[in-house]
Amino acid sequence: MATSKRQLNKQTKDEGQTTPAAPRQQSGGVQAARRRRSSGRTSNVRGNGPGRADLQNSNAERLARGLAWFSLGLGLAELLAPRAIAKISGTEGKHTGLIRLYGLREIASGIGIFAQGERPTEAVWSRVVGDALDIATLAVAAASPKTSKGRLAFATANVLAVTALDVLCAQQLSANETGGTEVKKSIIINATPEEIYNYWHDFERLPTFMKHLESVRTTGERRSHWVAKAPAGTTVEWDAEITEDRPNELIAWRSVEGADVDNAGTVRFEEAPGGRGTIVHVDLEYSAPGGVVGSMVAKLFGEEPAQQINDDLRRLKQVIEVGEIVLSDGTYFDNGLLTQRAAQPVASGEAGQSQGASAS
Amino acid sequence: MRANCWYGKQDVRVEQVPDPKILNRRDAIVQISSTAICGSDLHLYNHFIPTMEKGDILGHEFMGEIVEVGPDVKNRKVGDRVVVSFPISCGNCFFCKQELFSLCENSNPNAWMAEKMFGHSPCGIFGYSHLTGGFAGGQAEYARVPFADVGTLKVPSTLSDEQVLFLSDIFPTGYMGAEMCDIKPGDTVAVWGCGPVGQFSIKSAFLLGAERVIGIDRIPERLRMAEASGAETINYEEENTYEALMEMTGGRGPDSCIDDVGLEAHGGHGIVYAYDRAKQMLGAETDRPIALREAIMACRNGGTVSVIGVYGGFIDKFPMGSFMNRSLQMRTGQCHVQHYWHKLLEHIENGDIDPSFVITHRMPLDEAPQGFDTFLNKEDDCIKVVLKP
Repeated sequence: MATSKRQLNKQTKDEGQTTPAAPRQQSGGVQAARRRRSSGRTSNVRGNGPGRADLQNSNAERLARGLAWFSLGLGLAELLAPRAIAKISGTEGKHTGLIRLYGLREIASGIGIFAQGERPTEAVWSRVVGDALDIATLAVAAASPKTSKGRLAFATANVLAVTALDVLCAQQLSANETGGTEVKKSIIINATPEEIYNYWHDFERLPTFMKHLESVRTTGERRSHWVAKAPAGTTVEWDAEITEDRPNELIAWRSVEGADVDNAGTVRFEEAPGGRGTIVHVDLEYSAPGGVVGSMVAKLFGEEPAQQINDDLRRLKQVIEVGEIVLSDGTYFDNGLLTQRAAQPVASGEAGQSQGASAS
Repeated sequence: MRANCWYGKQDVRVEQVPDPKILNRRDAIVQISSTAICGSDLHLYNHFIPTMEKGDILGHEFMGEIVEVGPDVKNRKVGDRVVVSFPISCGNCFFCKQELFSLCENSNPNAWMAEKMFGHSPCGIFGYSHLTGGFAGGQAEYARVPFADVGTLKVPSTLSDEQVLFLSDIFPTGYMGAEMCDIKPGDTVAVWGCGPVGQFSIKSAFLLGAERVIGIDRIPERLRMAEASGAETINYEEENTYEALMEMTGGRGPDSCIDDVGLEAHGGHGIVYAYDRAKQMLGAETDRPIALREAIMACRNGGTVSVIGVYGGFIDKFPMGSFMNRSLQMRTGQCHVQHYWHKLLEHIENGDIDPSFVITHRMPLDEAPQGFDTFLNKEDDCIKVVLKP
């Protein structure tokens, strides 16, 4: 532990900014610490105060509630009168079991929306999944000779209309005030703010623990060029500019024009209470490539930024407290839900790179 | 190498898999000389624990000889005979520094998964699903041991494998169950579950100064083993546990109660048990807290309920009213093995206890599937199975 601390200090890069001449005069005591903590929380990237986006949100919430009532109504109908539903949509009356199950699903979605309260984001997305199921079922029915094509077309048109509403509502609920996606994560690390600030400030080293970054190159005094991995094996690039740099406290950046993905954020280094190290706060805003839907899909593959930032911070903690990223057999390549491998040693010939390969 | 791999509910197979390699700088590779099947392995065998993948190597109780060390392991060398702890602990984080090794913040690469289920992630564990990191387990010929400088214990050649193997898990676990009771001289301790961990809880309770220990189970050979350690026993299929404990303690109840049973409890009666099973079938309750409820109701006012049996999800109908109104305490956790094992090795060396007493079956690694079956069904008076690779 002691050795790694000394190594961190040695690797500070001189970027031409003024380093503090003497330790900053800190006001002492718990009260002062509390003031510092609370002031940190209100300084953030976006502006304060209600605006157009707030109005948009409450519209989305009203729409969500309307969809919830619709869900409950339709669900009850499917549950109690499946044959009638089958007739109206032009399909055969023999799949009553399936229709009843869909009824249960609709009711569950409806209850979910009410249960989630103010921003029923996930519940509305579950409606979208249900809609996809409905569309698929109707498509299968279209192939059968026994369906009444006219009625089926009518039913499909209705489902598509509701699907559009669901997706619109879900997107509005998922987006934040400026229409992008925001990620706020923090982690507590057993090291001083100075050590972690210095480690982080060496941007070219960030890819060692930030798995989604392919490379970072310093291109100027406050400029750098970033290449990040995007879903489906592609990459996105942007140039970033440091907008604020308070040694041992905060680094703020913003992507400049021409970025593949607009993003801005801050990383703050707060002394943890009780001398227990540092709390690193990351506050990041970006416009997800592929919109919010792409972001949901990315989640399944462990490539969704909120998840990634959390894991990146965990890896940063490992690198600082342990000296390297901890590997296991099951997560040797990736620790996404669908990308785990069996918990067995990796064969010598197995292709690909381990998560920790870039750390060495 | 050969290893025992999980393939589904009650389906484990011994097959050829790649040999482990050093991946992190503080790893060691251990050639395994003895390994065991744990009661908690049965939760994997019966597929109660989610996030298992086909091909996962099981096993978290193992020992052997170090055959390779990573560059940053300073206190072990090739040739050392070691027991390996089931929790994987970095030694540097907030929790490891307090010797709460099973709470290590750095050893679970799948911490995000455990965080979703539990709120925060505990440490990584060998061979215990991807929730605890997806580490290959020790029912194999070799294993990669991360943080070997923290997670291995050198053992003297004067003690046989069977005498020290259980320092990896069940002896410290049983001991921690008893230690959490904060036993005072004259205390009566009731232990639910006389499986291997329960047997160690019983012996540990006496070691820690309990005057009376009462073991509760239904399998005759397990009750006999408990009696051989000096415990009084209750066969819950022949009498009502609560009534028997009240009678034995003059209506006050035992001073502390240890739940060495966990989520796959058996033996509830009547309505509540039927309710538990019905809810489990509907997937609405993941764990059966039968022993836990009994322990709470039976414990004396102001006493301690020590929960060392494994739980994974959620329980229903928890007697919170009884718990609160009677000033009970609950202490629990996955065992911080590395905190206890030095002291327990001393007990073994001094002859205070010979942990091999729980072993009833020994078989080669290739017969692991049979071993799991025998252990699960408690056939042939089975209490503990040790495998030899």
